[in-house]
Amino acid sequence: MTSNGFTPARVARLAVLSFGALVFLAPYIFMISTAGKAQSDIFTSSLSLIPQQWFFFENFAKAWSRVSMTTLLFNGVLVCLLILVFQVVVAIPCAYAMAKLKFRAARAMMVLVMLGLLVPIHATALPLYVAFDRVGALNSYVALVAPFTISVFGIFLFLQFFRSMPDDLIHAARLDGMSEIGIIARVIVPNAWPAITAFAIFSVVAHWNDLYWPLIVVSNQAYATPPLGLLYFRAAEAGDDYGALMAATLIITFPLVAAFLLAQKRFVEGITMTGLKG
Amino acid sequence: MSALSLRNIEKSFGGNAILKGVSLDAEPGEFIALVGPSGCGKSTLLRILAGLETADSGTITVGDQDLTKLQAAARNVAMVFQSYALYPHLTAAQNIAVPLVMRRLTRAQRLPLLGPLMPGQRQAIADIKRDVRDMAVSLKIDHLLDRKPGQMSGGQRQRVALGRAMVRRPAVFLMDEPLSNLDANLRVHARGEIVEMHRRAGVPTVYVTHDQAEALSMADRVAVMIGGSLLQLAAPAVIYDDPQHVEVAKFVGQPRINLISQQVAADGTVGLGEARCGLSRIDVAVGSEVTLGIRPEFVSVSREGRGLPALVERVEFLGSEIIVYSRLEQSGDTMIAKLTPAEGAGLSTGKRIHLAAAPERLFVFAEDGRRLRSTSLIDSDVRELAYG
Amino acid sequence: MAEIVATPSQGQTFGKVSARSSAARHEARTAWLLAAPAILLTFFFIVLPVFAVITLGFTDFELGYSGFQFVGAENYLELFGDRTFRQSLWNTFVYAAIVAPVSIFLALGLAMLIEAEGIGRSFFRTAYFLPVASLLVAMATVWQYLFHPSIGPINAMLALVGIQGPNWLGASSTVLYSLAIIGIWQTVGFNLVLFLAGLTAIPRDLYAAAEVDGARSAWDRFRLVTWPMLGPTTLFVTTISVINAVKVFETVKTLTEGGPNKASEVLLFTIYQEGFVYLRVGYASAMTVVFLAILIVLMIVQYRIQDQQVHYT
Repeated sequence: MTSNGFTPARVARLAVLSFGALVFLAPYIFMISTAGKAQSDIFTSSLSLIPQQWFFFENFAKAWSRVSMTTLLFNGVLVCLLILVFQVVVAIPCAYAMAKLKFRAARAMMVLVMLGLLVPIHATALPLYVAFDRVGALNSYVALVAPFTISVFGIFLFLQFFRSMPDDLIHAARLDGMSEIGIIARVIVPNAWPAITAFAIFSVVAHWNDLYWPLIVVSNQAYATPPLGLLYFRAAEAGDDYGALMAATLIITFPLVAAFLLAQKRFVEGITMTGLKG
Repeated sequence: MSALSLRNIEKSFGGNAILKGVSLDAEPGEFIALVGPSGCGKSTLLRILAGLETADSGTITVGDQDLTKLQAAARNVAMVFQSYALYPHLTAAQNIAVPLVMRRLTRAQRLPLLGPLMPGQRQAIADIKRDVRDMAVSLKIDHLLDRKPGQMSGGQRQRVALGRAMVRRPAVFLMDEPLSNLDANLRVHARGEIVEMHRRAGVPTVYVTHDQAEALSMADRVAVMIGGSLLQLAAPAVIYDDPQHVEVAKFVGQPRINLISQQVAADGTVGLGEARCGLSRIDVAVGSEVTLGIRPEFVSVSREGRGLPALVERVEFLGSEIIVYSRLEQSGDTMIAKLTPAEGAGLSTGKRIHLAAAPERLFVFAEDGRRLRSTSLIDSDVRELAYG
Repeated sequence: MAEIVATPSQGQTFGKVSARSSAARHEARTAWLLAAPAILLTFFFIVLPVFAVITLGFTDFELGYSGFQFVGAENYLELFGDRTFRQSLWNTFVYAAIVAPVSIFLALGLAMLIEAEGIGRSFFRTAYFLPVASLLVAMATVWQYLFHPSIGPINAMLALVGIQGPNWLGASSTVLYSLAIIGIWQTVGFNLVLFLAGLTAIPRDLYAAAEVDGARSAWDRFRLVTWPMLGPTTLFVTTISVINAVKVFETVKTLTEGGPNKASEVLLFTIYQEGFVYLRVGYASAMTVVFLAILIVLMIVQYRIQDQQVHYT
């Protein structure tokens, strides 16, 4: 359906798409521009994108000094990584057993998985919070990671993926003398990379962005994740120091956006796969 | 005036010439099979006919109407797709009704909620329902009308696709390999049905296929397309017995025709053993390369005596016939012979045999693939005459 | 998702019955071992908390106090009369009723434009998808600046054409719509990518057939092919969009804290306030049960519609 010439319809189409893209990108443009402006500059000329005084360094320095950005980013990476590793290590064997092994509980577990898909952290947060409070585990990496070690969505996704893998592959591996763990490690996982990547993207995006649970269990800055840290920074800054605020925003948004821009294709594939399978 | 006429159709994609000036005329009610290897441009030609692609140059006329610049929807041309392209969310009845709904109802009448309020809509819908039912009865699919494509077998879907194409009585019928998704048994059966249906409709039909058996068995005339050019358009028997181009001879016939390169001898002849053909000096010079062709069923095999000596490499037993692959001792060319079981009895790999051919069965092709006129000669008979 | 029956793999068939059943027992034991961690964690982090939250909903449990009593349906009765909660339910409904349809149709329209356009395909996809990959709390801050009544670029732009811009996030009449704009901005890219995948999966032959069948206009082809073929995608996108809109929290917490004057009080924020700020766990649990019930109803609706749709092959 691609036309070669620039027909009026096509010009209109491109115009609409470009205008839309500009609107969608506007927040980023203003974020970068404002992060380089001095306070006075922000207050006088909000529409000019080029800062009159080059204030990037000052704003970034301010952002960096008020809240420990390194700690935030480190916490974010650590928490997301731990969650992802646990989720994958727990979900894959379970999904494999449900998809390829015969045992009586498989059907009941399937029902459990379908119901589990319905329950977000917001629904279980209250009792979990009470429990973590009782055992004195608030303000710890354990509290940030533990509730997410199980991902029913992960089980569901891998289950769908494993079902489409031929049984003969597993039979052949058994005839070759592999144990079930061996089959998972040497046959299933190497063939499941598309599903694992897709899930990893889904999981990291979800937990990097999650505010609800960290907000509940963390009150100590040392364990703050990026969204929480930004909330602290806003509270500390209180006033309208948008220059520094935008600089902090830029720093915190950057890692995931950069990852997305570098691995766009995988991101889109991952979203499509996790999306349409669900 | 012909019912359908293509004049000098050219098309290229990104500098790649797909169609190099194709012209074709069909008589009213004629069934033309467009056959050729994949990538020869036959499907592109069909899509241009349908209006799904536009030709770079050339004209298309149906009757006295020039279709060249018309949109697909405005041409009264029906098409059966290889994938059938049935709308999966509609029942068979709704699928068949689509072309009628699109043509007979106005845009206002087609509106979801307001449509029934428009004058004449009720009557038009009733007519469409009746026509759909009639069509289904004539295709023996009236029991499937409430099913959706997902609930039908391949053969049933194919008939619904036929019904959708036929129901609006098009001026031209196009079919793009409509049988290639059926299993072998069903395919042979469906051939007969399509021919029967075509005869009833009496509309010129262009049928694209890569299967020569389909083309030869179904069509009034076969158009052989290779590399974007139409090499020959003729009745099936002519295509087979009198190919005008080496590619046509190669493409049609199973097993494949035997082809042997040779230089024209000093006496102006070429041949296979004692079977010789005289060539006209106007066509070809002494010493130039030509290709000899002989169909496997005209190669005769004898255990001893006259003929070219050859070694049997492989024997295929096919029940009613036997295919013998052998290698000529002199030139090393492989020759295929198709024999009756009686003729082929006792042949096995490694046996030495002698091959011969009737000279009137030899085709001679020039280096560029053109067929050359030739006269058949028996051995040393009247050699001078040939080169005269 | 309709098929929820696990397909058991064929075990190897041995001649002797006893050998076979022992192999089957071994297979079942292995399966249990492999699934055990997942089962345990599901039990502790999903099943148990859900039952706990339902139970707590019938108590007057408050964090910091030692004991608690069962109070029957008292919490739920209180919910009915609670103006904040009713306001919060209504706000959540309004927010979802704006964000879901707008982000769905905007995404569908943009996806079709991108699909029809040859050039810039991946650029446009990236541009619209970027908000999905961005930290929402951070981008909410940027939006706060954009929406700023006096120094914000949006009002500055409006002033250029002589319009006095509203106090977007600061006025109770506009705050919910401003949040909805952010919500749409954040959701469109996700839906767009799903629609693009759905569009690519439609066989080209169907469009060709529609043209030959007489569908002259783009609208006819949309009605005949695109819209019905996108059915499953649209259903899925709709469910996800509605559920995500109901779960709105980050922007409210970051930008408005439910204000001004409870005009942006939404369900999850109210639960958060009651449970984790006022520590009225029992009461907040009852709200959580209502929240869960909404999700379940949405899911059931989705299944119902899905079952009515044919499974295309």
